[in-house]
Amino acid sequence: MNSVVNYFKSLLLLELLRGLALTGKYLFARKITVQYPDEKTPMSARFRGLHALRRYPNGEERCIACKLCEAVCPALAITIESEQRADGTRRTTRYDIDLTKCIYCGFCEESCPVDSIVETHIFEYHGEQRGDLLMTKDKLLAIGDKYEKQIAQARAQDAAFR
Amino acid sequence: MLDSLLALWALLPEVVQTVTLIAVKILAIVIPLSLSVAYLTFVERKVIGYVQVRIGPNRVGPRGWLQPIADAVKLLTKEIILPSSANLFLFVLAPILCLAPSLAAWAVIPFADGVVLSNIDAGLLYILAISSMSVYGIIIAGWASNSKYAFLGALRSAAQMVSYEIAMGFALVGVLLAAGSLNLSQIVYAQQGPFWHWYFIPLFPLFLVYFIAGVAETNRAPFDVAEGESEIVAGFHVEYSGMTFAVFFLAEYANMILVSVLASLMFLGGWLSPFNGLLPESVLTVPVLGALLGDGAHWLLLKTAFFLFLFLWFRATFPRYRYDQIMRLGWKVFIPITIVWLLVVGGMVLGHVGPWFA
Repeated sequence: MNSVVNYFKSLLLLELLRGLALTGKYLFARKITVQYPDEKTPMSARFRGLHALRRYPNGEERCIACKLCEAVCPALAITIESEQRADGTRRTTRYDIDLTKCIYCGFCEESCPVDSIVETHIFEYHGEQRGDLLMTKDKLLAIGDKYEKQIAQARAQDAAFR
Repeated sequence: MLDSLLALWALLPEVVQTVTLIAVKILAIVIPLSLSVAYLTFVERKVIGYVQVRIGPNRVGPRGWLQPIADAVKLLTKEIILPSSANLFLFVLAPILCLAPSLAAWAVIPFADGVVLSNIDAGLLYILAISSMSVYGIIIAGWASNSKYAFLGALRSAAQMVSYEIAMGFALVGVLLAAGSLNLSQIVYAQQGPFWHWYFIPLFPLFLVYFIAGVAETNRAPFDVAEGESEIVAGFHVEYSGMTFAVFFLAEYANMILVSVLASLMFLGGWLSPFNGLLPESVLTVPVLGALLGDGAHWLLLKTAFFLFLFLWFRATFPRYRYDQIMRLGWKVFIPITIVWLLVVGGMVLGHVGPWFA
């Protein structure tokens, strides 16, 4: 009996019509597309984008060449060389991040004891030549200087959770 | 100016006049058809996008209206790659063989009362003959590519199109039984009257079978095993690129439009208005309203658009049939249904049932 009912159900295309009704309903549903260059989705304060090296308000660079980030980096994207400066403090002479290796995990930022290496909210960047995505210390510091306000604001927003 | 041109025209030999007239008529059909194909691809992307709760193409031109133009330019300027181990003659011939029948079939389509390129009496037979030709293009494409995926796609589509041809043919037999004519214009005239005089009511199972077989015949989802992206990459046209691929694309969409037009001619009364015979003469003589509500090509256009929307809706809704299920549906379901309903139609015609066979 049941098989007869099923036979007539499929013969009358009832299931297919129900499927069509469902997609027909969605035809008129509100569209959720975000039209990217014109519209953007909200971004978390913890967003991990392009890296930057920060400075203290007095202009001194924060990085003390402890090499914790280099050690924790799972992609081996960070290379650091250091030496003693004239005032007796240890500073980096080389701080490279290879963005083509980086997986944007944020471990470097998390491991840093002085909040020096951070990941900013910049994600729309590109390189046109081979070396463009190899970030050197100068480039990283320049990004830090340029976006310090934004970085500090994101950190302040997230402070309660750190 | 016009008089001198007419005088010049009269000077031409009769053969030249006839050939020119026919060529102009052909262009008047083919150019709007190509444009419809181009914009059908756009509408398809939009409709499927909307069903999937996204917007669809909207970047090229105002609201994306120039998208098909951009697509066409892209395909035109791309390189045509000829596989080194392919049979080059057949490889290039196949897309042409695919497109030619789907354009040739338009010769007998009546767009309005008397507006038809060639009003032949065996119109339906001609359509059947021509539309079966397009399977050769696909088979040859699959074979000439010398590629396993293409060959598999060609085999699948050959089996599928041949099986569904039978169900489709039987559905058309029902129509010609009802109308008593193979001439497409005569079939439409036989449905004269308000919309309940149309053949989709007495021939409803045949109508369904015809349209579903039409979807299968054009290799559209859910019967697109010949392309089957997820199984055999792109089926018979894997090896095709640039313009040769575009011609296959054109043929597929032209076939879709053809199947839709035929469905509206044979089952939904073609260019007849649904209010045919209902409205008083005084309404029909009102300038614009009368023309809109009266019979005319715009009704055929509307009905065709409805069927084309169904094609897109199906594609957005149904998952692909398994190959053996397609065969089962064609041979074990559609053919018995059509044969049974042919008997019913024969009985109705003999008994002069309802408004249709009176």
